[in-house]
Amino acid sequence: MAAIQSDNHGLRLFVRYAVLTLIAVIFIFPLIFMLMSSLKPDQQLLTDTESLRAFLPVGDISLDNYFAAFRRAPVGLFVFNSVLVTGLTVLLSLAVCSLAAFAFVFIDWRGRELLLTLILATLIVPFETIAIPLLLISANLPWIGLEGITRGWLNSYQVQIVPFIADGLTIFLFVQYFKDLPGELIEAARVEGASWGQVYRKVVMPLAGPVLATAAILKFLAMYNQYLWPLMVVQQEAYRPVMVGLQYFFQLNRAWGEIMAYLSLITVPVLAFYLFLQRAFIASIASTGIKG
Amino acid sequence: MARVSLSGIKKNYGGVEIIKGVDIDVADGEFTVFVGPSGCGKSTLLRMIAGLEDITGGTLTIGDRVVNDLPPKDRSIAMVFQSYAIFPHMTVRENLAFGLTIANAPKAEKDAKVAEAARILQMEHLLDRRPSQLSGGQRQRVAIGRAIVRKPGVFLFDEPLSNLDAALRVDMRMELAKLHADLGATMIYVTHDQVEAMTLADKIVVLNAGIVQQVGTPLELYHRPANLFVAGFIGSPKMNFLKAKVEAVDATSVTVGSPDIGTLVLPKANVAAAVGDAVTVGMRPHHLTLGGAQDITGRVVLVERLGNETLTAIVLASGQQIIVALPGDIEVMAGQQLHLATQAERACLFLANGLAA
Ligand SMILES: Nc1ncnc2c1ncn2[C@@H]1O[C@H](COP(=O)(O)OP(=O)(O)O)[C@@H](O)[C@H]1O
Ligand SMILES: [Mg+2]
Repeated sequence: MAAIQSDNHGLRLFVRYAVLTLIAVIFIFPLIFMLMSSLKPDQQLLTDTESLRAFLPVGDISLDNYFAAFRRAPVGLFVFNSVLVTGLTVLLSLAVCSLAAFAFVFIDWRGRELLLTLILATLIVPFETIAIPLLLISANLPWIGLEGITRGWLNSYQVQIVPFIADGLTIFLFVQYFKDLPGELIEAARVEGASWGQVYRKVVMPLAGPVLATAAILKFLAMYNQYLWPLMVVQQEAYRPVMVGLQYFFQLNRAWGEIMAYLSLITVPVLAFYLFLQRAFIASIASTGIKG
Repeated sequence: MARVSLSGIKKNYGGVEIIKGVDIDVADGEFTVFVGPSGCGKSTLLRMIAGLEDITGGTLTIGDRVVNDLPPKDRSIAMVFQSYAIFPHMTVRENLAFGLTIANAPKAEKDAKVAEAARILQMEHLLDRRPSQLSGGQRQRVAIGRAIVRKPGVFLFDEPLSNLDAALRVDMRMELAKLHADLGATMIYVTHDQVEAMTLADKIVVLNAGIVQQVGTPLELYHRPANLFVAGFIGSPKMNFLKAKVEAVDATSVTVGSPDIGTLVLPKANVAAAVGDAVTVGMRPHHLTLGGAQDITGRVVLVERLGNETLTAIVLASGQQIIVALPGDIEVMAGQQLHLATQAERACLFLANGLAA
């Protein structure tokens, strides 16, 4: 009986690994294709797509496409802009949305149910429907900067950051997670004399590792992939993010090798971010014993 | 040190009255237990004392201050929760010192107080562990330690032992009794377990459906329950209830009778009952004995041998079943006829409205 069970267990483990490996392969192949193609001249790149050579570093391999990409567009500037905008938005969003969720879950105040419902309702509004009104508002907002008070947020970093700090999905993620935290922990902290601010900083946030990681990943991807909005509000190259920068490679002569090189370069921050979060995620689960 | 006084305390949840006007006085240094069935409002009452729940009506006094509207931290209380509620991301030391850290106490003071609490609870060797590395009993100790560090006037416990296994529960019960003796602090302890209530309490408050049923010492509740609810709730096995009719009443006694118990003269003075009234006679399983007057006769249906005593279920002529606690080495078997003697002076009498006569 025990033997049969363990056999069965082994088989199930095998199937699980097989399925996961298959999924991993499906996801990794486009990346390999991108990386390999970025090393090849356009002519070879196109003929290679007819065979498995597309996934192999064979033939005329060089870094020429990368040099060309840097000549064609200010790649470093675009990556810097995107990392800056994305990083700040992620940080601010985690802070603001977790505070909002904290107030919704732990503090008793009049109207919180209604307000939470309204915020969740925004989840079904597509960004495209509010893009134009948002553009008109942004064009007229005042800003206090180094040059004193100015009017209009177009062509700036803040116009790419501020509208995305508070969002329903992130608040929803935090609300769900906070609701599952043991209420007696929060009450114990209150009895011990902790203010709401201290409960947030010393009890709730240290236990929020898993939801912080989840929310950060979703926000990072959404922000790093921003295209429509920066296209609308940024005309100056100085503030342009990576996805809009892709346009530089779709002009008269379409250089596929350079496109692949550019894509490979702008993928690096994403991978770095994932690796960092994965470690933080595992560490937080290991230290708190609370599972996500 | 502090006394606690509840006066006309009420609690509504969305229009439903959960606590229906409760008056309780807890003296300074007293160990008071709130006991009652699950859902009767014990936790709600305790949480109102702690300040975790708003008080709908009435006055709550701790020490000599009305604290109805004070936040928990200003009430001079510490609370130990059923789930322990120790912080999983902090070491035992950090857990114990949490309140002091919040209050920005100097490190020397923190170290001293943590060391003292750890010494009292004998957990010096656990201070650098995390809660996930502790057993249930150790976690409970940390929770109690955190309360000790606060040096509160009043300790509040909400079913602190119910997540522990039976053997550990008995140990912790004794430790709590010892802790109370050592600290001399006022303690309010909530439980649904009447054995915990009987063993720990100076004073027991029996609650049912948001109403105080009776307040008294453990033995008062055991020997003179105020009503059928308390009589049935306190004592294990449960008190036997037998229906009877009043046959005669005079100034010093009342005579009751039924086919099951024959005629019984209970030495109760000035009972407000008339001949013919339906009443309930309460007899504890330990107050029925073999032989003697042979007041009650029945057939044995179930025997539970516990060693020190033998719990025997007996069916009477009317079909009602009662439990008798017989000596441990007695020879009884299912099917056997037994004759039992009652102890009239220890029997309880309840009138039709459920109150004790
Ligand atoms: N937050 C709440 N909202 C509505 N009803 C509640 C709430 N908390 C407790 N109750 C109700 O109050 C009653 C008493 O609960 P509680 O004090 O927890 O009982 P106990 O601790 O004696 O088991 C129960 O019927 C419970 O359903
Ligand atoms: Mg309870």
